[in-house]
Amino acid sequence: MKIRHRDSDSGKIQLEMTPMIDIVFQLLVFFIMTFKVVAVEGDFNIKMPRMSAGGAPSDQLIPPLRVRLTTPQDPNAPVCGIYFGQRQLASFEDLRNEVAATVGGGGPNADADEYEVELDCDFDLPYRFVIDAITAVSGYRDPSSGQIVPLVRKIKFAPPRQASGG
Amino acid sequence: MRYKKADNELLEADLTPMIDMTFQLIAFFMLIINFTEAEQDQRIQLPKSELARPPEQPFEVALTIQLMKDSKTDQELIIYGGEVMPLANLQRVLAREREYLTRTKRSPADATIIIRADGRAKTGVVQQIIETCQEVGFEQFALRAQQEEAG
Repeated sequence: MKIRHRDSDSGKIQLEMTPMIDIVFQLLVFFIMTFKVVAVEGDFNIKMPRMSAGGAPSDQLIPPLRVRLTTPQDPNAPVCGIYFGQRQLASFEDLRNEVAATVGGGGPNADADEYEVELDCDFDLPYRFVIDAITAVSGYRDPSSGQIVPLVRKIKFAPPRQASGG
Repeated sequence: MRYKKADNELLEADLTPMIDMTFQLIAFFMLIINFTEAEQDQRIQLPKSELARPPEQPFEVALTIQLMKDSKTDQELIIYGGEVMPLANLQRVLAREREYLTRTKRSPADATIIIRADGRAKTGVVQQIIETCQEVGFEQFALRAQQEEAG
């Protein structure tokens, strides 16, 4: 019986690369087109059952620290009206200092869960000021270590005020 | 004048480095692609905060309510599950979610409502959203903000 020998010297076996490169480029184009730079987002957690929102007594021993935020005349103003108790403050930095002084500086002996902040906001107040206020009362970044020092973890809203238009 | 004839051999470009790079790019994009676009509407300009940190562990049950400020009408609109709706419709949608949670033997109190509100929106509307959620039985909220680099 004769065995046919394949002529191995006739040429290299070549893989057909074109379809693979086509698909790879299509995938690349798809991913580039759908790519979107998304900023990192974080949360401020608030526990607000219905009862405490209506002003019913909570299990908090110390009365909440009241922070009143009023709408500025200019909607693009960098700061809104801030009242801590009865005192008007000039900036959220002042609010942070006041809260830090009240709760004990946020040091190791301070109990961040012992205090609660109640935000009383105007209806028309731009929401960014609320986040600024929550940031101010939640804590601060220690400039020397870069660590976040917590101040108050419990935050709630006072019952909403009526819209200025009606 | 005599010209040299070119060789008949085919010129073969070396494609290996290009394919290597292309695969690396594809791997990179596959790793960072974000399919949760429905929950991060780009029309919303989140307020910034240097203390906003991503949650250490994901919420067990999370519902995202987005509040956008329509610049044309200056009105606040809710975005829920990719659908734009007025605030009045939110209670009906949340009641449906509560039914689903109850059927899966969970309580609305176990769920967290993530509020992604535009920094220009009225705080009163955000409070109305919270009130509506409370009426349905939800009590845990997470106010979402964009992380701001310190300094």
